[in-house]
Amino acid sequence: MPSAVLRKSPGFWKSLMTQRQLLWMSLPIVLYVILFTYVPLAGWTMAFQDFKPAKGFASLWVGVKWFKYLFSDELFTMVMRNTLAMSFINLVFGFAFAIGLAITLNEVKAKRLKRFAQTISYLPHFLSWVVVAGLVSTMLASDGVFNIVLGWLGLAKEPKLWLGEPKAFWWIVGFTNVWKEVGWNTIIYLAAMSAIDPALYEAAEIDGCGRLSKIRNITLPGIKPTIIVLLIMNLGWIMESGFEIQYLLRNGMNADYSQSIDIYVVNYGMRQGNYSLATAGGMFKSVVNILLLLTANWVSGKLGEEKLV
Amino acid sequence: MTLRLGGKLYLSTRSYLAEAGFSVYKAVVLTAIVLITLYPFWNTLVISLNQAVDTTRGGIYLWPRIWTFQNYKSIWVTANIPNALFISVARAVSSTILNLFLTTMLAYALSRREFVLRRPFTMIVLLSMYVNAGLFPNYFLIRSLHLNGTFWVYIIPSMISAFNFIVIRTFIKTIPDSIFESARIDGTGDFRIFRSFVLPLCKPVLATVALFVAVGAWNAWFDTLLYNSNKPELFTLQYQLMALLQQSMNQSRSAADINTAGMAANIIASTVTPISIRAAGTIFATAPILMVYPFLQKYFVVGLNVGSIKE
Repeated sequence: MPSAVLRKSPGFWKSLMTQRQLLWMSLPIVLYVILFTYVPLAGWTMAFQDFKPAKGFASLWVGVKWFKYLFSDELFTMVMRNTLAMSFINLVFGFAFAIGLAITLNEVKAKRLKRFAQTISYLPHFLSWVVVAGLVSTMLASDGVFNIVLGWLGLAKEPKLWLGEPKAFWWIVGFTNVWKEVGWNTIIYLAAMSAIDPALYEAAEIDGCGRLSKIRNITLPGIKPTIIVLLIMNLGWIMESGFEIQYLLRNGMNADYSQSIDIYVVNYGMRQGNYSLATAGGMFKSVVNILLLLTANWVSGKLGEEKLV
Repeated sequence: MTLRLGGKLYLSTRSYLAEAGFSVYKAVVLTAIVLITLYPFWNTLVISLNQAVDTTRGGIYLWPRIWTFQNYKSIWVTANIPNALFISVARAVSSTILNLFLTTMLAYALSRREFVLRRPFTMIVLLSMYVNAGLFPNYFLIRSLHLNGTFWVYIIPSMISAFNFIVIRTFIKTIPDSIFESARIDGTGDFRIFRSFVLPLCKPVLATVALFVAVGAWNAWFDTLLYNSNKPELFTLQYQLMALLQQSMNQSRSAADINTAGMAANIIASTVTPISIRAAGTIFATAPILMVYPFLQKYFVVGLNVGSIKE
């Protein structure tokens, strides 16, 4: 720091000459990032054309035709409903289960037992969605364990093919996400809890507070900032309901509830070759994402929390 | 009357009961989380080891009824597992090495305060986290670079991640400046400093980042579908499993339509079923992660503190 201040700045090009090695270490990688992240943005022009791969960017310009089509397409409305519903369920479940589990784990005094349960619960985070989809379809088969358990509990008379029940699909995705990520998501809350001053708990105990009142009055306020930051950040991703799990578990029977915006894009582009409409759909999602993210960032700043961007 | 629980003394029956109830609740939650996490693997494992036609009779939950390795033998050949394993390992290893090397090099260069292009370059890299042109614009870029249909499409598009960049740069910033400063005064170039100081010093954070890059590369399958679906020799393990899964989805769809008798006749004709095949494939794709998992724990626990900066 002091050296940077004391040194008289010798002009941009001259400095750059002495920093040739730093330039060589960074410039090619930055160019690579530009090529793979920013250059494809030029492809958004496809959304305003009747894009034909053979003609490339010399295709016919059609203005906002595809966006008009998109917003009048009933399928798109349905897809938006599914996307928002699934990401809302994911959001609520994700928070509720992770916070609940973190609070419970935090109360477990047996260190080794706690460690063991945590280690096991992190495991699914490292599995691919393909594996998870394989496990889920085994569990939910008509002779699968889920039906058996429902039978035991007297909640269902007949075994059902759950992946064939359209209305069940959102909840399957929600619980699958919980299964995969709940353990992993507790980590950040447990870290926040470990920062709470133990003296607070001792003082509460002397005052005769029970477990629940300690949780309500010390633990929850202690992790509140973490919850708020994560909540705001996640609201910025509300257009992302996930793609892989829906793609892998969808079938003809649940299509009306399983198709998300990403699958819509894939279907139009890959199956029907309508790259223009697919790009318009993707572009709509990206733009909404960026707007939501900026809003979330702004709200975060207003609330005095750390800015995310 | 004195009541004791876990070495603690309770003054009233009420607080004793509350505490006892809480202990029961904790035990139930811990048991549930362990069972619910592990049971699906166990169930899938026993199905994969049970004779396929027998499995369709149902009831395979805890132990195989008729042991067989037929399901594994069958996918070993049909899904070309040896080749898929090779591609998946090659992908994970080369992706990890390239990612770590390039990201650390970039992170070092952009952590030098005196570097005149530090700000614009950092901005470009960080913003890339939020910019996504979408599926087809990216698809056409890959096509115009002629990466589709090659192994390189697995490696080249994902060599740098802004998130890992932040993690590594944050770590480099904790290294005392004096180490670099004295080396520089001795006339050591930045390449040398990077190789002889930065890389070795970054080992702890690199272990963690390596874990995440490797797992990500191992688990990917959609790029195979998008770019290499007509190149069976480049199929990864996850892609092969995806194909098996889709087959079984189609089967269960038709199972709902076709009457059971026709279905059963159909199944008996073959010695394997999509359900059993799917189970065997799932175990194949999970086993490597399960095997390395116990050894990796310490790395992701250490790395989480670093990762929590931005998450």
